[in-house]
Amino acid sequence: MRFLFDKNTWQEIFGSIGKNKTRTIITVIGVLWGIFIYIVLAGASQGMDNGFEKNFETVAKNSIWAWSQSTSMPYAGYKTGRSLRIKVGDAQTLANRIPEIQYISPVNTKGVFGGEAALGVRGMKSNSYPVYGYFPVIAKMATQKIYDGGRFINEEDIEQARKICVIGERTQQELFDKDEDPIGGYIRVDNIYFQVVGVHKFTQTTPFGTDGDIYMPYSTFKKLYNTGENAQYFTIAAYDDADVVQVEKDIKSVLKSIHKVHPDDERAFGAFNLGEIFNKIMGFAEGITFLSLVVGLATILAGVIGIGNILLISVKERTKELGIRRALGATPKEVRILIILESVFLTTIAGIIGIILGAAVLSIINQLTQDIEFPYTNPTVPIPLVIGALAVMVILGTLIGLIPAQRAVSIKPIDALREE
Amino acid sequence: MSYCGILFGIQPNTNKTNMIEIKDLHKSYQMGSNSLHVLKGINFSVKAGELVAIMGSSGSGKSTLLNILGMLDVADSGEYKLDGVTIKDLNETKAAKYRNKFLGFVFQSFNLINYKTALENVALPLYYQRIPRKERQEKALKYLEMVGLKEWSHHLPSELSGGQNQRVAVARAMASEPKVILADELTGALDSTTSYEVMDLIQKINDQGNTILVVTHEDDIAHMCKRIVYLKDGVIIKDEKVKQVRASEYV
Repeated sequence: MRFLFDKNTWQEIFGSIGKNKTRTIITVIGVLWGIFIYIVLAGASQGMDNGFEKNFETVAKNSIWAWSQSTSMPYAGYKTGRSLRIKVGDAQTLANRIPEIQYISPVNTKGVFGGEAALGVRGMKSNSYPVYGYFPVIAKMATQKIYDGGRFINEEDIEQARKICVIGERTQQELFDKDEDPIGGYIRVDNIYFQVVGVHKFTQTTPFGTDGDIYMPYSTFKKLYNTGENAQYFTIAAYDDADVVQVEKDIKSVLKSIHKVHPDDERAFGAFNLGEIFNKIMGFAEGITFLSLVVGLATILAGVIGIGNILLISVKERTKELGIRRALGATPKEVRILIILESVFLTTIAGIIGIILGAAVLSIINQLTQDIEFPYTNPTVPIPLVIGALAVMVILGTLIGLIPAQRAVSIKPIDALREE
Repeated sequence: MSYCGILFGIQPNTNKTNMIEIKDLHKSYQMGSNSLHVLKGINFSVKAGELVAIMGSSGSGKSTLLNILGMLDVADSGEYKLDGVTIKDLNETKAAKYRNKFLGFVFQSFNLINYKTALENVALPLYYQRIPRKERQEKALKYLEMVGLKEWSHHLPSELSGGQNQRVAVARAMASEPKVILADELTGALDSTTSYEVMDLIQKINDQGNTILVVTHEDDIAHMCKRIVYLKDGVIIKDEKVKQVRASEYV
């Protein structure tokens, strides 16, 4: 390996590639293009990956919403078509029976799935808003961005069934003046006065959320609307490593057993499985990443083969030069090293330039996609992948360089010198 | 020309030992099913400081002999001693090292590397001797000065005339300070005036005690050497000392 650190070796190589500029440039372009494509593709697919992740970042990715419908099969003496109501207590049963559940919380709503929305009034201003009865644990499943100075519903609110509420951004805009601080202010919800404790920023935390709504403690909701033990749906978050499809099945079967529904009744309970959808999307993104990896590597391979090709031609062109070198005392090993190092050096330089250009293009794409509604964020290529690609290129460059190098020494110097 | 001796730093081999010793050298080439016997038992020796011409028509085997002497080719049988070292069982690596250490080549077609300047060409054998760049260049410049091309050191071969190129080649052959310089038809590509200039240079180098073998088919060039070996059909037919004609008389 001593030759690698020998200044003279490199002076010879620089001399040889520096003085054959056209050949050098053409050679470099092949690999440069390859790594450039690879970096751009890998970065773009990573950007899409990040974009999807970002779209889901406000909500637990293993979320499942489950609700009751009505039976479609007779069972245990009950007739078909019986309307079902999930109960608050079911949540505890589900949590106890299904260990994969991390959080579960019953939710009641008014004016979300049909029904009349609540009338929110403040002074002369009024509008109708959907109302949610929430437990504080909801915030752990769907991130609630509460504006400064405000807070979300807490345990004491539940225990004391306080008449407080968290309102949406649009609700605030419609009921309060622009420069008015809504925190501590009062609004009337279906003729009961509620104190506003927080304003939440709109984030897509449920498949049906909006920014014009009112959240109140679950217990307060229960008293206000006489829901008793009934709940509208459960918001459930499974542990990250849980199989969400199986968890959904378990939830339904437990609910069926609680409510004495035929185990094969598919219509009794409904569910929306975000985890499953998320997995599908991420699977798609991973597929794209894999595809870009394959395409990129294939392009690099093509580029390196191009280098080998050009070096092979150049070795033929340089037969005489190499013959002279050997007549003057270059050993076959030295000739071989000269050719291989030329190959590796060109590949590496081309690779580095390609990486830089690719990174530049990625950053331009990033600038352009900054403000558009497209799942695309922070297109980057992980450093290990970049180093990996460079390593692959150096290895390929060495291997491909072996062919012209072998050819260079396979010609006897005496024959090489005779070549005109 | 005594200043040259100091300049080159070469000690002439005064005890006149045999620099090259060849015994019963045979070489044949396979041409399809025919075997072409090119060298049929060559015996001769060259003492240190000699300037020998090997003459013969084409096909006489003179180039083959030179290639074997230059370790570019291998004899089928026979003995070859270079300055007392028996040259045999050469692999390419060993041959390359011997060529680098013992021999300097001058070719008919100059064989300079076209993208390297005169200076870099002269320095190339020194590169393969692992001499550091600076020292290499100093030495190369010294030999370019000797052949009168110091001012042309940064020119490419394409920017030099044929005679100048051959002088660069001579400087390159000298640069590694070899035991023997082998010149293959070194004037073959030059007009007569330029030929004599180059031969004048060869004679001056020989005057310093360097052993030189010149392969040629030109009578006038051969007579500028001190000894002529006539080769015909693979055997030596005549080997005589001649009165040297100084090339400077023609220049």
